[in-house]
Amino acid sequence: MEVFWYIIISVVFAIFFILDGYNFGTGIIHLFLAKTEKDKEVITKSAGLFWDFNEVWLVAGGGLLFMAFPTFYASVFSGFYLPLIIVLWLIIFRAIGLEFRSQFNFQMWKDIWDKSFGVSSLLLALFFGIALGNVVRGVNLGAIENGVAAFEGHYFFLPLWDSSFSPLSETPGVIDWFTIIIGLISVVTLEIHGANWIILKTNSSINNQLKSVIFKLTILLFALTVISLLVWQIVNPNSLDNFIDKPYLIVFPVIYFTGLFGLFFIKKIKKDIHCFILSTLVILGGITSSLASLFPVILPSTHNQNESLTIYNTAAPEYGLSVALGWGIIGLILVAVYLITQNKLMSGKVDKMDYGH
Amino acid sequence: MEDMIFYDRLQFAFTITFHYIFPQLTMGLSLIIVYYKWQFLKTNIEKYNNAAKFFMKIFAVNFTMGVVTGIPMEFQFGTNWAKFSELTGGIIGQTLAMEGLFSFFLESSFLALFIFGEKLMGQKLHFLTGFLVFLGSWASGYLILATNAWMQHPVGYEILDNGKFVLENFSALFSNPWLLPAFLHNQLASLVTSSFVVASIGAFYVLRNKNTEYGKLFLKTGVTFGLVSSLLLAFPTGDMNAKNVAKYQPASFAAMEGIFETEEAGAEIVLIGQPDMVRKKLDNKIAVPNILSFLTYQDWNKQIPGMDQFKDEELPTNIPALYYSYHIMVGLGTIFIAIMGLAVFFLWRKKLYSFKPLLWSIMFLVPFPYIANITGWYTAELGRQPYLVYGLLKTSEGVSPNVSSGNTLFTLLGFVALYMLLGLLFLVLVGKTIHQGPTPQKH
Repeated sequence: MEVFWYIIISVVFAIFFILDGYNFGTGIIHLFLAKTEKDKEVITKSAGLFWDFNEVWLVAGGGLLFMAFPTFYASVFSGFYLPLIIVLWLIIFRAIGLEFRSQFNFQMWKDIWDKSFGVSSLLLALFFGIALGNVVRGVNLGAIENGVAAFEGHYFFLPLWDSSFSPLSETPGVIDWFTIIIGLISVVTLEIHGANWIILKTNSSINNQLKSVIFKLTILLFALTVISLLVWQIVNPNSLDNFIDKPYLIVFPVIYFTGLFGLFFIKKIKKDIHCFILSTLVILGGITSSLASLFPVILPSTHNQNESLTIYNTAAPEYGLSVALGWGIIGLILVAVYLITQNKLMSGKVDKMDYGH
Repeated sequence: MEDMIFYDRLQFAFTITFHYIFPQLTMGLSLIIVYYKWQFLKTNIEKYNNAAKFFMKIFAVNFTMGVVTGIPMEFQFGTNWAKFSELTGGIIGQTLAMEGLFSFFLESSFLALFIFGEKLMGQKLHFLTGFLVFLGSWASGYLILATNAWMQHPVGYEILDNGKFVLENFSALFSNPWLLPAFLHNQLASLVTSSFVVASIGAFYVLRNKNTEYGKLFLKTGVTFGLVSSLLLAFPTGDMNAKNVAKYQPASFAAMEGIFETEEAGAEIVLIGQPDMVRKKLDNKIAVPNILSFLTYQDWNKQIPGMDQFKDEELPTNIPALYYSYHIMVGLGTIFIAIMGLAVFFLWRKKLYSFKPLLWSIMFLVPFPYIANITGWYTAELGRQPYLVYGLLKTSEGVSPNVSSGNTLFTLLGFVALYMLLGLLFLVLVGKTIHQGPTPQKH
């Protein structure tokens, strides 16, 4: 039952990163590459029509995590206190950037909300990557310093950074050179994803330029991926054990690299949706590979005194999990129906859609 | 320790108070929008459709605010109340996760379709999307109330040796006797807020002599919905809730009613007075004898335990704040019935639109239902103190053990600054929408 919920929740979070991920990426492209008012407007629209539905996946994922793995939820949310609250603030700036831009028709007003949308999207992409980096690296469970624990074994508290900025420090912070690399991977991936979304959903004048941007970013992403795989061995020498024990897990890295190599041929691919699917595969493969390498651990401990958090030692009891499976499946089917309905009704380019308030 | 949880509590109180400005409007307003849309389908008079779309614009701004200020609420269970989440997540996680799956998705997907899809879908489907938005927002209210009801009156649980609350009976969460009265009361209260907003915009248009056709429509809708909902708010739902408090949280009941000493034969109802916590009495008290006993038990002489019957640690921690919250809510609720009753009377006599003093009152009363809603929630939450889960888990036991008060104060200050900005923007945008009016215009 724990495994079942672990899979459902992982899927919900993966969908969140795929869906809201293109909004973050759209924001990054908007920040750096959109120059004319017409492009800015249509790019904002391609994100603004969808963001709230996409963001609900985060809320739903959070809620399901709370229900199925309460100890993990409590530990992680309090342990990453500052970065999570900062993410909340960025989410607010992102949302109001998208929603308020078109409310008044003068340049200064629009500029403010364009920056609000762009900068917060960039930082959100970075922070979510850093978050994944933290989960992969592990934390100092129990906040042990010089052999003395400050909290119970499943609690921790991470500062934003530790003076060494090293993942190998006894007390690593949220931001170190390893998590920064993962953060950059996230930024580059989502920027590619967002660019694909813009090409798919708009007729912006930069669509052609974006294809070569994606090509360059794919080279960068490949380089970052190789670096991250190397340093991962330093941070966590056991990271490949799961793939050796259970060879079928290789499917997740294969998904990642299929997407990544496919993106090298971006200029040859005729159908925009195929490009978008490739960047979707990169996100899906990246997240699932990271999780698969840890399984059944969901938050590694950086020392031996406290055991890592796993899906088994943080889950709610059997009865609750099985009751929730009943309504959970009904709920997810409904959500899939909404997603399909919405996509059907809002298919095609957004340029002509009515977005005036 | 007291200081440490002070900032956590303040941050939760501040963020939830600010958050609840928005859902209380969207829940009620969605019903009024569905009503207008239904009238349009029935009569095919364009005015109703424009009214529905006009309020949808106001709804949309509120919805955005509700979403972005709502996510911090879910997060704070984990960030600031980690111990509470760890111990009770197996139970309240159920209802909170259901809210995400069953209401937020419904609301957000169909809201976009309602706003952008009228031309794509045709009128019947457009009505349906509006109805689904309404359904989503009310489902959200229901599941939040189910969560809160469990905290007020825990049912269907078992406590393990390690202190964890474990779900034993899922359906008990929904047959909780606390839930239905609280839910109905809350939804009616949000309908009162929305009615006042609709009526107030109507009064503004009529007084300003602009968009008067819509002004009159809004006034008519607002005061009619307003009278019905404020009457139902007092009776039976308010009455049912008070009886629940008397039955399940007698110490809170004594505190909110301001009964310091138990009276032998029947308790009086306090209308006005200031609690003096040192000398344990009410100053400048105006009270009517025996009424409280009658209202609560339909028995003039039934004894109601006062605060003297309880140990200090069983009593709510901030009795004056609880007492005032409750009395402000009840006082305002009474005023709403009077004003809306008067307005409906004048509407019936066809004099409402020209009776300026009443129109001015309706226009300026608009902040008060918000205050009543929020003090109502304060009554529930302060009344539950010193517990998070009534009688079982103290508030001080639920706080995150690992988050220092310095960090909490930092984020609290951040929220205050950010929400000030959001509040200003919200007023500007709603003001702009009201200024533009409901008649379609090119821009």
